[in-house]
Order: sequence, then structure tokens, then C-alpha cells
Amino acid sequence: MTHHDSHHGHGPDDFISKYVFSVDHKVIGLQYLITSLLFLLFGFILIMVLRWQLAYPDQPIPFIGNLILGSTGGVVTPELYNQLGAMHGTIMIFLGVVPLGVAAFGNYVLPLQIGAPDMAFPRLNMMSYWIYLPGGLLMLSSFIMPGGAAQSGWTSYPPLSIINPGQTVWLLAMVLIITSSLLGSINFLVTTLNMRAEGMSLMRMPIFVWAQFVTAVLLLLAFPPLEAASILQLMDRVAGTSFYLPAGLVVNGEALKVSGGGQPLLWQHLFWFLAHPEVYVLILPAMGICAEIIANNTRKPLFGYKELVGSMMFIGGMSFVVWAHHMFLSGMSASLGNFFLVTTMIISVPSVAVLTCLVYSLKGGSIRFTTAMLFALAFLPMFGIGGLTGLPLGITVTDIYLHDTYYVIGHFHYVVVTGSIIALMAGVYHWFPKWFGRKMSEGLGKLHFWTTIVCMNGIFFPMFITGLAGQQRRLYDPTAQLHNLTTQPLNVVSSVFAWLLFLAQLPFIWNFFRSIWHGEKVGDNPWEATTLEWACPSPPPHGNFEKPPKVYRGPYEYNVGKKAAWVPQHVAEVKA
Amino acid sequence: MNGNYGWGLPIQASTFAKEIDLGIYAIHGIMFAIFILWSVFFVYLLVRYRARPGVPSEHWETGTLQSMIPDLIVLGIEICLILFYALPAWSRIKMTVPPEGKSNVVEIVAEQFAWTVHYPGADAKFGRSNAALVDAQNPAGLDAADDAGKDDVVTVNELHIPLGKPTVVYLSSKDVIHSLFIPEFRVKQDAMPGMKIPVWFEPTLTGKFEIGCAQLCGIAHSIMRADVFVHTPEEYEKWLAAQHPQTQPY
Repeated sequence: MTHHDSHHGHGPDDFISKYVFSVDHKVIGLQYLITSLLFLLFGFILIMVLRWQLAYPDQPIPFIGNLILGSTGGVVTPELYNQLGAMHGTIMIFLGVVPLGVAAFGNYVLPLQIGAPDMAFPRLNMMSYWIYLPGGLLMLSSFIMPGGAAQSGWTSYPPLSIINPGQTVWLLAMVLIITSSLLGSINFLVTTLNMRAEGMSLMRMPIFVWAQFVTAVLLLLAFPPLEAASILQLMDRVAGTSFYLPAGLVVNGEALKVSGGGQPLLWQHLFWFLAHPEVYVLILPAMGICAEIIANNTRKPLFGYKELVGSMMFIGGMSFVVWAHHMFLSGMSASLGNFFLVTTMIISVPSVAVLTCLVYSLKGGSIRFTTAMLFALAFLPMFGIGGLTGLPLGITVTDIYLHDTYYVIGHFHYVVVTGSIIALMAGVYHWFPKWFGRKMSEGLGKLHFWTTIVCMNGIFFPMFITGLAGQQRRLYDPTAQLHNLTTQPLNVVSSVFAWLLFLAQLPFIWNFFRSIWHGEKVGDNPWEATTLEWACPSPPPHGNFEKPPKVYRGPYEYNVGKKAAWVPQHVAEVKA
Repeated sequence: MNGNYGWGLPIQASTFAKEIDLGIYAIHGIMFAIFILWSVFFVYLLVRYRARPGVPSEHWETGTLQSMIPDLIVLGIEICLILFYALPAWSRIKMTVPPEGKSNVVEIVAEQFAWTVHYPGADAKFGRSNAALVDAQNPAGLDAADDAGKDDVVTVNELHIPLGKPTVVYLSSKDVIHSLFIPEFRVKQDAMPGMKIPVWFEPTLTGKFEIGCAQLCGIAHSIMRADVFVHTPEEYEKWLAAQHPQTQPY
């Protein structure tokens, strides 16, 4: 590292400042990567326990039941069931997918792709991680606190969330997690606008950078309302206020001693004002990752770069005016439903445009089916199913029947799991060589891919059928209601595939850790990619680039002008 | 039980069930068509443009408008769905409530974990109720001093309604949010504490149907269920006459 200029210089040498309290965006990115993957695994374990109860209501969990639930002889109690459900949603979204898609990939890849030596505010970046981690641990710790974890759903609708145990810690942890996200989003915005290498104009930025940029805008504008809303709910619980409580509540035969005047619908509006943009926070980075991988593995420029950028901006803007499509039946004015019906239909058009551009990008390509590419390609039809099934939910009239049934669960898991998580997996396989200088095994990767895709569909597709038959969400025992009896075998199918999906992740975990130390060694640019992150060493040293790169061209110049098969962004002249 | 439950939609037992199902079937038809066509194209591209030695990638571009044809088709379908289906049907089903004079009117109060139904009786007037009067004998908390309540009837976890005219339910909740869900009627409406929300339906079949709660309301959410009994008008009058008014001493 002798040829670094003095401005960037050496990184710190001691272990603590190099790997723990690091200000290097790459170390922070990897910290986020490992932490959020662990949270994903934990959230997944919760749902595997929950799904036992759904498949075999009131039966003790065999073999390990006594080990994990000793006090009840291995039976999942209704309290625990509701805790598992609420915490699965919270952990997967706020501690798993968002930190993985935004903080892990964004932190590591975004500065490299724009040719920056680090993020604009390295200390803020470190602070963001060190607020996220305690927030996450606090959230998990609620399981062992008196009253247990939150059990009012990840949506935490009052008054239930205010009278139920466990919610206070959930709210405190949410305040920390949201604060961490806000710090990160400011950093991403400033970095993208101010730290681009010479020649990296906005319209030469890779789609992944654009996706992260729009995502950061959403986080910055959508999270503060939820932070405020959470603090109000916290006050309702601990300080005797009644922001969300109307007068005259009678709980369990006793009048609730509150002054009243509050409105439960207020929480729903504030919550969904965040949580709908949040859906796009989950999906935009995924689209960005897929765009990068598809361009690289088709060996041709992306189709419709400007259309992709425009669509993502349009999605970002529109995502702020669709929130109440979650509330058609909440008691909100029915005529207001018409407005949100129209905005919801409008926002589906740019999403279709993104998918169309990515599919058209395949045309004329010379497609390499690497593991990363397989995951990125699977994103297209699977996210397509997620998007299409949003249609009968977004249409007010059909939502009357489908709202709060398993159809909704199937729909958003197709979006977030076979959409976002599949794309994030693609990203792991694609950027792994940059992170560690070694490749993950392609054989194990393909085994991971095929088993994962089959299991995910096996879990979520039956949910559409149970939903159409009328099974509601969040039922501890679906068989307690007659109309759910006939579809109960499908709950067993979903559960079995959920447990198989866990087995399908074992090759991935093995492959990941083994490849860090024993994977096939590769050069700086094993995929023959054109964007700037491949123009620095693998792994990049502190300060990233040996000298500040200069950008001469757009991000995806593959097979341009018959002179070369591919031309990186930082190369000035194309030699024939 | 008239449920006839299977792996598809439950039977249609209300006047607007057909209309809602029409939308569900039509939209799924469109979804299947789009997905199948799209998948064929997708698989074709993957096979046709797989990497082959000596065959470089080729550039393929098309006009902006042409590239947006799929988006415009989807937009067109959605505009049709909005204009010819969603707006008119929503307006009939949710934005308008049949006049009370021509309907059967009841109040339903949801609580953890039961549905209390309050019938106004022959005078068609609801008696005053008061949360402070609620106990096991008086689940709706009716005030005996109010004359309008003298013939009122209260049932718990049973809803009795007549065939042949719409029923308007004034839905509210004592404690947390619940949701009145009657799958066969294609009816769903949240019961919001602090609000009295009108929800209506007109049954088309006599028999017994199921009410479930569709909004997480606590640990016994899954057993918060009730039955709907749809009677012929004559049977309904007979049933009502046989009920003991809530506030009258035995």
C-alpha cells in the first residue's frame, strides 16, 4: 500500500479500530452484511417454530420442543405465537432485509461504484452501525424480558399494542433502528452527490447507485413520521397520554383509565406513511442489484437506462401517496379509498417498466448463467408474481374479500422473499470476489439456487389458495374456524417447505464461510465488468483506489463499436 | 352449515358476492394471461441468447414508445378495471348504505373475544346503552330506564337476520380493533374503537354461515368466531318473537 497518496494513507493497524469501531465503509458494509444475515437467520428460525403450530395446531414440537419450550412441554402458546409473528415481521424487515439491501450493499458498493475513497461522513457511518446493533439486540432481548416480546403484529396497531405486554421495548428498539437508518440515508445522499469521481456525471452512474440514491430519499422522508409515531405510542404506554386511545374503552370488563380523545386510525396513517415507501426501500436496491448483474452477464448494455432511472424516481415519488391502500377497510372514509385505488394503479406502471427494461436487456445478449445471474434472472418472474398478485389487493372491491387473508401474506412474501432476498443473494455471489478476493463455489451456489427457488415457491404459492378460500392472517389455530378446515393440508405443505428451505441454506452458509478463506482466488475483475468497483484491488485497500479514477463513459459499455468486448468506465481510449 | 367450503372461493350468499367474485376471477384471468405470455417470452430469450462460443452479444434497441408497449397495456387494463369495475362497484357496496327504513338494522359490538349483537326489536329503536352497565347478564349494557330499549334483544356470537332485505350493521368495538368477516357474504369491515361504522349486506341464501375476526385482536383471535343464521322473513319474525327482551325481568 506504499503508493497510496498521503490523504488516504494507511488504515488503522490495531484490531479494534480496524475491525470493530471502523470508519472504513468497506468494513462497515461487511459488519452490516454479517449482522443482517444473522438477523435474517434468526427471523427465519422464529417462523419455522410458528409454522409448526400452523401445520399441527396444539401439538408439541417433536424432538426439540422440550429443549426450546420447556415450560409448556414443547407446545407453542398463543402468547408465544403472537410474539413469533410480530417479531418475525419486525426482524425480517427492519433488522434483516433493509440493512442488508441498503446498509450492507450500499455501504460497500456505492462508494466504489462512484469512485470515492469512502463515504462522505465516515464517523456518521460508524455511528449508524453502532446504533443499529444495540437497537437490534434490544429488540431480541425482549424475548427474555417479563411479558416477553411484542405480540401485536409488526404493524403494532393500537389500542391492542398499548394494552399488550412487550411493546415498550419494541418501541424503544424501533427508535434506535430508525435513527440508524436516518444517519445512513443522509450519508448516502451526500456521498452520491458530492463524492463522485471526475467525469462520473449523474447519467453515468450505475443503476445500483441510482437505486440506492432514490432509496435514501425514501428513508430520509418516510422514517421520521414513524419515529414520531413510535414516540407517541411510547408515551401512550408509559406516560398516560392518549394519542391513539378514544374515550370509553372497556378492556376485559374494566374501563380503561385514559382521558381519551385519541384516534387509533392516526397510528395506521403514520405507520403506513412509512411502511409503504418501505416496500420500495426493500425492492429498489434489489432492482439495482439485478440490473448490474444482468448487464454484466448478458455482455451488452442495459436496455433503457434512462427509462430505468426515470421509473425508479417515479416509483420513489409516488410511493408517498399510496399508503392508505392498506386501510381500505379500516373505517377510513370510503370515498378516500378511490383516491388511493388510483394512485396504487399508477405506481404499478413504473414497476412494470423496470421489469420490462430488464427483460428486454436479455434480448441480443450472450447470457452467462453464473449463480449470481441465475438469482438475478429468478427475480424477474418471481417479483412478477408478487407484483401481479398486488392487483386484486390494490383494487378496492376485490380487497374487501382478500384483505387480511393469507392471499396478502403470499403476495408480499413473493415481493420481499422471492423478490428482494433472491436479488440480495445474487448480490452476495456477484460481489463476494470483490469483498474477499476469492469466488464462492459455483457448484454449491447452483445447488443453493435451485433448492431455494423450489422451496420458496412451495411455501408461498399455497398461501394464495388458502387466502382465496378465506383463511385470515395471524390465526393461532386456523382449524378453530370451519371455513379454514378444508385448506389446512396446504398449511402443512407451506410448513414443510419452510423447513426444507432452511436445509437449502446450509450449502450457502458453508460456501460463504469456506470461500472466505479457501475459495478460488480471483483477480480484481473476475466477471469482466465495466463499473468502477472492479477497477480497484480485491479486496480494496483503505482509500479504495490507488489514484482517484477518472470516468470517460457510461456504466455498461459492453461490445461497443466492434473495437472491444467490453470497456470499463475509467478507460479513456479503446484500443483496437 | 351451508359453507360448502373447498379450495376455491366459498359459496356466494349475498347480493354483491357475485360482483366481487367477478372481479377476483377476471383479475386472475388477466394475471395468468400476462404471466404465461411473459414467461414464454422470457424463456425464449434465455434459450435463444445463451452464451455460445464465437457468438458475441448484439445491440438491440427500440423506440421509447415501443419499449413502453407492455407498460401501456398494463396501464390500459388498469384504467378499465378502475372505470368499469372498481369505482362503480365500490360506490354501490361501500360508499352507499341502504336506507334504514327498508332494511333490517342491528348493532354489533366487538370485544376480546366475542361479538355482541343488539336488535332494536319491534319499535325499530335502539335503547340507550352504557358501558358501565355491562355484565354477564347484560352484555350490551342496556339501560332499563330507557323505553326505547324495552323490546330490545341481545345475542352473543349469534347473528340472526331475515332473507329478502338488506341488513345494516352499525359496527363498533369496546377495546381493540376487530374485523367483521363473513366469507360467504364477501363482507369485511374493521370494527374501530371510538367509531360506529355502517356495513351492509343482503343475504341470498338461508342457512348458517360463519363470522370470523380478520384483525389481530389478542391471544384468542383465532377463536373469536360467531354464526350467522339467515331465516326466511316469517321464521325470522318467529325467532324474534320468541326472544326474551334484554331489560325485562323473567
